[in-house]
Amino acid sequence: MHDIYTLGIDVGSTASKCVILKNGKEITAKSLVDVGAGTTGPRRSIDNVLAKAEMEEGDLDYTLATGYGRNSLMGLADKQMSELSCHARGAFFLFPDVHTVIDIGGQDVKVMHIDNGAMTNFQMNDKCAAGTGRFLDVMARVLEVKVNQLGELGAQSQRRVEISSTCTVFAESEVISQLANATNKNDIIAGIHRSVAHRVTGLARRIGIKDDVVMTGGVAQNQGIVSALQDELGVEIHTSPLTQYTGALGAALFAYQIAKKRADKAAKAAQK
Amino acid sequence: MENTMNALLEKFDQIAKSPAGQLAAYKAQGKKAIGVLPYYAPEELVYAAGMVPFGMWGSNKKTISRAKEYCATFYCTIAQLAVEMLLDGTMDGLDGVITPTICDTLRPMSQNIRVAMSDKMPVIFLAHPQNRFDLNGLTFTISQYTNIRNRLAEIAGHPISDDDIREAIKVYNACHVQQRRFVKLAGEHPDVVTAVKRSAVLKAGWFMLKDEYTAMLKELNDAIEALPACDWPGTKVVVSGIIFDNPILLQIFDDYQIAIVADDVAHESRTFKTDIPDDPDPMMALARQFADRDHDVLLYDPQSSKNRRAEFVAQMVKDSGADGLVLFMQQFCDPEEMEYPYLKKELDAQEIPHIKLGIDQQMRDFGQARTALQAFADVLALG
Repeated sequence: MHDIYTLGIDVGSTASKCVILKNGKEITAKSLVDVGAGTTGPRRSIDNVLAKAEMEEGDLDYTLATGYGRNSLMGLADKQMSELSCHARGAFFLFPDVHTVIDIGGQDVKVMHIDNGAMTNFQMNDKCAAGTGRFLDVMARVLEVKVNQLGELGAQSQRRVEISSTCTVFAESEVISQLANATNKNDIIAGIHRSVAHRVTGLARRIGIKDDVVMTGGVAQNQGIVSALQDELGVEIHTSPLTQYTGALGAALFAYQIAKKRADKAAKAAQK
Repeated sequence: MENTMNALLEKFDQIAKSPAGQLAAYKAQGKKAIGVLPYYAPEELVYAAGMVPFGMWGSNKKTISRAKEYCATFYCTIAQLAVEMLLDGTMDGLDGVITPTICDTLRPMSQNIRVAMSDKMPVIFLAHPQNRFDLNGLTFTISQYTNIRNRLAEIAGHPISDDDIREAIKVYNACHVQQRRFVKLAGEHPDVVTAVKRSAVLKAGWFMLKDEYTAMLKELNDAIEALPACDWPGTKVVVSGIIFDNPILLQIFDDYQIAIVADDVAHESRTFKTDIPDDPDPMMALARQFADRDHDVLLYDPQSSKNRRAEFVAQMVKDSGADGLVLFMQQFCDPEEMEYPYLKKELDAQEIPHIKLGIDQQMRDFGQARTALQAFADVLALG
């Protein structure tokens, strides 16, 4: 039987991520473009990952889309699935003992329970930006720092500052007010991290936390958030260097499952 | 038979989509129409007066603008849009409006409507009693309903007799039978009665005279009943909440093969699950129907500590063969929010999967709901 190559594409609200998987086990190539749904990001991300893998679209056995913009890939993907299922699947691949996944995305927060690799329960945030990646984007802009610097800067905090976790707009006003009072930026950033952790913890406690806990999504790269969440939840949180690709990886794994079933069926038919 | 069924489904859909057209058509027939806001106004009295009761449950197409002059931002969009449609002339064809006051939003809204609209049309205030069971409660309900009866008679230009009300009661009870039958049949045939179509059929009832509606609904039910059994490949749920009638949101259920097999929705089954009992006095019969309403987020339950409502909803999930429950939390509905912790507790205790989705009638993008519903379908499929 020939090797099965599957593509998982996760079109988020702020980034497009692709993973090409060989035989459901080995990552052949991955790509990330910093714009998501409704942009050229998905197409560019696909082109990039194919170029890296030295493949063409026709070489792929199955393509599965996930993420907020998953429905906009008509013609590019064979199927689409929710990012919750894909994050759960991807996290299980990376951490076989995972039972809880926390995914902070660009515009929503999800907490999932996993048993034997399958999602059994989940919670999503209400229609509100507080606690999401967008919340951090807004805060970084006000603080005149890059969002990927937040973790490092927050770690240098010397004094505790409280930032509201209720509303992005009000929290932004609080940050502006703190800046006007000459509060140290690093202290404000650490306060912002705790604010996100409060919000996410509240959501997580609605369904409960079961070890091992894995955090996925781009925000998991911010060590300040991960630490604040660990403190708040009182558990160790695992992250992977592939954290941003977890959804795309899960999509590629589901794609493999479907492609394999299809190939087995074809092989059986050929034997008859 | 199938052609009849499709034609009827199409007709209900058209009516549900065009309440303004319905109102204009009734007015063209020389009929008077009375707007009826949620919840539990005695529509039967409007029908008995020979007028058309016209449900006012907001709108998925309008933007709240003029109503902001009157409404606090936390008022639910159903109430705000009712005011919007009264102010912007959409409901100018009405000859009056009944404003029940059973929740904390509707109470102040009734006064906003009175201030804003009383020069334009009669505004009839209705205060239901929460202690509605004993003779005092029933007497109070009757006194409120009598006021409505008298005001409606003034608008109609003739008195409303007891026999008129008795006839209306018969019509409404017959309608309830067909509505409940439809909900059951729709749950058994989700391949034909999709979530979008199911909603349209039930919604149309708010914009039609009940005898006309019942006749059409019975014909539809007969046609659905004649269908072969459906082997549904998807999942099945009970829906709960105040209202969810946005076709875009409902289409998500159809896209992911999530069948609605029963509902605990105020705009739907909560309205018609309780019949009007037999009573020699038709006003007492209507008051007793209100007293008989049970397991309701809006109504006082003397045994509330027993969590009967949550048990009722959980039992509904089991009896209907649903795999789980989808709760649409109307923002910002205090009664629903107040009930939710105990509902969640009971559903969790009985291991019934459920999700809560916040909605309002100003939402135009359902990306988050789509993700949650697709994921929920994945979870249910594993169960």
